[in-house]
Amino acid sequence: MRVTLTALATLALAGAALAEPVAPMDVVYEDGAIAGSLTGMAGDPDNGAKLMNKGAGNCIACHQVTALETLPFHGEIGPSLDGVSERWSVAEIRGIVANAKEMFPETMMPSFYRDTGFIRPGKAYTGKGIDPAELTPLLTAQEIEDLVSYLITLKYE
Amino acid sequence: MRTILTAGSFAVVALLAAPALADPDEDNLVINDELQMVTETAAPAHMEHVDTIYSGWRFRTDETQALQIDDFENPAMIFVDQGMDLFNSVDGTEGKSCASCHEDVAAFAGFHAEMPKVMNGKLVVMEDFINGHRARAMGAEPWKWSGPEMQAMVALIGLQSRGMPMNVKIDGDAAPYWEQGKEMYYTRYGQLELSCANCHEDSYGLMIRADHLSQGQINGFPTYRLKQAKLISRHNRFRGCIRDTRAETFAEGSDEFRALELYVASRSNGLSVETPAVRQ
Repeated sequence: MRVTLTALATLALAGAALAEPVAPMDVVYEDGAIAGSLTGMAGDPDNGAKLMNKGAGNCIACHQVTALETLPFHGEIGPSLDGVSERWSVAEIRGIVANAKEMFPETMMPSFYRDTGFIRPGKAYTGKGIDPAELTPLLTAQEIEDLVSYLITLKYE
Repeated sequence: MRTILTAGSFAVVALLAAPALADPDEDNLVINDELQMVTETAAPAHMEHVDTIYSGWRFRTDETQALQIDDFENPAMIFVDQGMDLFNSVDGTEGKSCASCHEDVAAFAGFHAEMPKVMNGKLVVMEDFINGHRARAMGAEPWKWSGPEMQAMVALIGLQSRGMPMNVKIDGDAAPYWEQGKEMYYTRYGQLELSCANCHEDSYGLMIRADHLSQGQINGFPTYRLKQAKLISRHNRFRGCIRDTRAETFAEGSDEFRALELYVASRSNGLSVETPAVRQ
């Protein structure tokens, strides 16, 4: 199944017509950055803003974002994301969101677009195990793009 | 009257205190106006990355802290009373209670401070000790690990050591278990790839969403957790933390959690036993 999907993704990229996303294992990182969209499509910044606060995104659990200050309880574990688009390129932001460990090997930040290489992976938050073959990334390729499109709007005042 | 005074004094403290939650606060824990607790001390020599250890009490809000400074306010004490009833209750085929052999529970003073420890070649945690005696001396059925009877008894025995410094042994026959626990402490489990150390060593004092991260000390367990409104066992808390890394967790009462308990307890060495503590 995976092979089929990967093959499809490759075909899609080659044709650049069908928007089959790049599979996690096929993402190419260059110094931690990902050059192009994982889906071949632009992200939706409104959905990106929502993902900052909920679901498997939940970025503000660890990062403070002044533009989202109406939301309660921003964390302090990671750096503030204010001005992030002035510190990093789009490709770097995409790479950090997809798998920050490519750029910062020791970072505490989870890898949001990876589906292999975990120790005792579980079935979401049930505490039960999962067949590694059934593991899906924390975010979909389009959700990564949505977050990137939101994050590039964050500038210093 | 005491409640009103306490609430009043906390209001004053709140006004004077810095608004931002960050590192452990400066509050001093004295229980029942007489028992001075050590909530901050030099880290034991085996801890390589931390200089000072702090009780989780120092990371909690004034409102939560207040519940632990007076046994009449401490909701865990209801369960300790239940533990005392169980201590005196006959159970099992031998017609015995705990009190039949251990006349006075006060004789357990100091025991909890050294647990877990190796006995007869096996790493034994308090729940093992209790169920072992129930089976061998009383002919009684084992209690469920995190069940109310078991945790009431663990809390009752733990309370006999309250105020004494945690002092678990990590060398000699304990060493292999301790090494296993340490390895687990630094392993980044689950799809979120988080180790105990990521939050409780590298990030204590910081906010993760609405939670103020402590050092994850276990010197106050079993702990009355307000959000669950009951006594929570150490292994239950371990299980919850590992589950929250999107991992396949370990079972309560597993050898893995025994080893982790020994290691984490050893990181509390020097802090006062607070059992039963109150947390958020």
